[in-house]
Amino acid sequence: MTDTEFTGDEAGVETATLPLDAWHRAKGGRMVEFAGYWMPIQYEGIMAEHLWVRENAGLFDVSHMGQLALSGDNVAEALETLVPGDIAGLKPGRMRYSLLLDEDGGILDDLMITNEGDQFGIVVNGAVKWEDIGHLRENLPDDITLNHNEDYGLLALQGPKAVDALARLVPEAASLVFMQATRATWAGHAIALSRSGYTGEDGFEISLPNEALTAFADALCAMDEVKPIGLGARDSLRLEAGLPLYGHDLTPAIDPAEADLGFAVSKRRREEENFPGAARILGHLADGSPRKRVGLLVDGKLPVREGAKLFDGEDEIGVVTSGGFAPSVGAPIAMGYVPRDHAVPGTAVAAEVRGKRVHCTVAAMPFVPHQYVRKTGG
Amino acid sequence: MPRYFTEEHEWIDVDGDVATVGITDFAQGQLGDIVFVEVPDTGAELTKGGDAAVVESVKAASDVYAPVDGTVTEGNGQLEEDPALVNSDAEGEGWFFRMTLGDKSQLEGLMDAKAYKVFCDAL
Repeated sequence: MTDTEFTGDEAGVETATLPLDAWHRAKGGRMVEFAGYWMPIQYEGIMAEHLWVRENAGLFDVSHMGQLALSGDNVAEALETLVPGDIAGLKPGRMRYSLLLDEDGGILDDLMITNEGDQFGIVVNGAVKWEDIGHLRENLPDDITLNHNEDYGLLALQGPKAVDALARLVPEAASLVFMQATRATWAGHAIALSRSGYTGEDGFEISLPNEALTAFADALCAMDEVKPIGLGARDSLRLEAGLPLYGHDLTPAIDPAEADLGFAVSKRRREEENFPGAARILGHLADGSPRKRVGLLVDGKLPVREGAKLFDGEDEIGVVTSGGFAPSVGAPIAMGYVPRDHAVPGTAVAAEVRGKRVHCTVAAMPFVPHQYVRKTGG
Repeated sequence: MPRYFTEEHEWIDVDGDVATVGITDFAQGQLGDIVFVEVPDTGAELTKGGDAAVVESVKAASDVYAPVDGTVTEGNGQLEEDPALVNSDAEGEGWFFRMTLGDKSQLEGLMDAKAYKVFCDAL
């Protein structure tokens, strides 16, 4: 038998270890190479871990992601030259999902931008963080300071019981709503937390010094409702939540309109038409893009995975960019790109898997409803 | 009834001229939750080392190779309804297919249970 996914060889580059490497191994994590790091793909099993997060709280180590900070005069305006979001209007303590765009409007990365008051915090994907840093440094004015904070790790606690668990350690957690962030202290360490994540569940991301990670992870996993969760379940959870994965569902060949991420192009920025690739993107948003990212419900049990070609009759019309078995749906699901006239929910298409045609139906996303908490005490 | 093992983590039970083939308990543990198994059609001609079946876990699709030459006499239809049988009973109810033995001498290169355990321990 040979595995066909998650090999992730980075030729010539030595795989790095995360600050929590020994902790993952001690917890029974099966380590694989991902984004240049040894990371846990699973502990007890992807299915059980996935379902645990939907019912309880799961702890993810996402320390491979890049934690950057930008500061300086007019930093919001400078950042707006590279992303289509309203950064100048982002209030202190608020965060926004945004996209790093090349000059043609192609997506270089997706990222989270937080107004931390004295600086903008940016979390970028681990696999492209060095490219992102290069792009930012090359395109931002020299008087903007760019900091790559490698002394901090990043943990995500996700699931309906995440707020109760985290608030026992950091009471401030309970006062945040979705896409709010604050600084806090835990056991004498300066930490930062936000109510955000990439599973579709309520939850938090917590940035804390590398030397505090093990004790913090232990404190959370000592609670009955918290278990460590691997990359495998992180992928199936975000797929069910309809959230695209950079390098798979998003690439430099795809613009925000095609990716169905029009919400990331803020109203003021649309009016100002002054972000990279504005002509192409605004044209696509106004008239519809030739192709669009859609969800696919798959008939039967055969998983339809990344790279599967999509057909309408004999015509090849598109491609699957991620897919697999969805534990909470109980069936295979996928996302991919199809022509505009095939993007309407309910449209029948066929995916080709090992020479067989598998019937799929274009579906609205998310596949599993988001559970974001937008008001506290409600 | 002798049981043989391959370095590709298949087991093969031999009963006269007929063999039953599956993946090992070690293999199912490595794959994790199995959500789909594609077994070969009855009558399919298999060649040692060639593709015979596909097993899909939540995370990946993996090929299962034919351990010896032969003709498929039966696929395990139960796996279509309940692919998780491979997780719960890989070396029993979770068998993949039965085949005739085209060349019994090919069995000589395979491992017995003891040798396979040593092989897995070294991985």
